[in-house]
Amino acid sequence: MSDEAQSMTIIAFSGDLDKLWPTMILSSTAAATGMEVTVFYTFWGLFPLVKDDVRITGKDSMTKMLSGMNAPGFQGAKLSKMNMGGMGRRMMRKVAKKGNLMPPEELFAICEDMGVNMWPCQMTMDLLGIKSEQMRPNLGTPVGAATALQKMAKSDISLFI
Amino acid sequence: MEFDRAVDAKGQSCPMPVLLTAKAAKEMTSGEVMFLEATDAGARSDIPAWAEQTGNELIESSEEGDVLSFYIRKK
Repeated sequence: MSDEAQSMTIIAFSGDLDKLWPTMILSSTAAATGMEVTVFYTFWGLFPLVKDDVRITGKDSMTKMLSGMNAPGFQGAKLSKMNMGGMGRRMMRKVAKKGNLMPPEELFAICEDMGVNMWPCQMTMDLLGIKSEQMRPNLGTPVGAATALQKMAKSDISLFI
Repeated sequence: MEFDRAVDAKGQSCPMPVLLTAKAAKEMTSGEVMFLEATDAGARSDIPAWAEQTGNELIESSEEGDVLSFYIRKK
């Protein structure tokens, strides 16, 4: 291995529960391996960063409806397949607990502790009317596609999840 | 084998054994030895991979029943 720290950038596009897991597992493990890690949250991937007690985000009826359909916050995250009105999500969380797999919100907190860069997408925030004060504290400054691409260009590993 | 720090990751699933190992290593000084136990079968390859990636030395690994044991020397 070289002396220079390796780096990984993940584009977190999906807000699905089953996709948040690999994002959080890979981010925390990469940070534990000494890599510099950045996660760029965009489109549906932005919703998990909304505080769990914020039920609705948006600036007009359409964006409010979209936020209702996507249930903001980690707790609202659905399964990508067979969610079945929340039953799939509850089952998956139970299975994870039984298998000692930490929930994604706890892995997110570990990632934060380890200094993983959490970058919200400014464009998605504007488009969907999600305000900074509705999102978790301690996130990075919202950035755009060019900043995310610059980071990816310099990263040893770039993923789109 | 003697060690300076014990880490118990038994009963924890991926990625916790690696995260606990990294956390302990961060708090240790160079040359100190960690004794790690885990039951996650993934740790069998994950801990050697972590050691190689971070430059810490995996001195010895063994298995007894479901428990995987590792001795790691901090870089």
